[in-house]
Amino acid sequence: MHRLSEFIVGLVFGLGLLLSGMTDPGKVLGFLDLFGQWDPSLAFVMGGAILVAFFAFALAKKRASTFLGGALSLPTSNVIDKRLVIGSLLFGAGWGLAGFCPGPALVSMAAGQEKALIFVAAMVLGMVGFELVERR
Amino acid sequence: MTIDWSHFTPWTALSGGLLLGLASALFILLNGRNLGISGILGGLIPPKPTDAFWRLAFLAGLFSSPWVFKAIAPSTMLTAPRIDAGVLLLIIAGLLVGLGTRYGSGCTSGHGVCGLARLSSRSLIATLAFMAAGFAVVFIARHLL
Repeated sequence: MHRLSEFIVGLVFGLGLLLSGMTDPGKVLGFLDLFGQWDPSLAFVMGGAILVAFFAFALAKKRASTFLGGALSLPTSNVIDKRLVIGSLLFGAGWGLAGFCPGPALVSMAAGQEKALIFVAAMVLGMVGFELVERR
Repeated sequence: MTIDWSHFTPWTALSGGLLLGLASALFILLNGRNLGISGILGGLIPPKPTDAFWRLAFLAGLFSSPWVFKAIAPSTMLTAPRIDAGVLLLIIAGLLVGLGTRYGSGCTSGHGVCGLARLSSRSLIATLAFMAAGFAVVFIARHLL
């Protein structure tokens, strides 16, 4: 049951990325080009997503377990440190260079986009690099 | 700032966003987890026997989405993505995204959607940081260089 649910959630999330335009780097960069010809669409993507998720998390905070009877693990960290800020700045810079963030890159790779495959390979390499430095 | 009306797609953006929100809602309420792509993928490096299967089930669903989309979406919505970046730029960008999301513990989904929806101040700071960096890099690339 849990595996089915995770599969469906992944599918719905991917469909959301495709429908919203997030899988088109040209559109993402149009949103990030605040001082040029600005395409505000992605603000609507975030707005719609946060609106629905807000009610779900408000409900989740009041519950001890999930509707499938499993453990509910909400992130607990409130730490705001250099790692968080520098990591996020690096991520944003990479996002602005190519117009891909992790979800859309994975979906585009699955759709057979060669350039997305190159991006994902480099992204996974970056994650491996992080693990190697962290586990020294 | 001028609005690019020719590319502005508020309705598909909003509906797609609602689907992203629905997926995030199902994930926390059914599976008890915060939906964040970089975390789900990063947890597989290296894979741990007890915790790899749910990640793989999620990714299998994510990877089937383009094929389901092709089958159900009207043909006018099946436009090819515009990927202008060359190979070198894609590699640099990918490395930055992989490293940055792991150091910052999240990306657009985990911090930008779920974190903000949880009203997490940590995710707000992360989102402001990656948005600012994204705006800055595009500004430099398109208007200064």
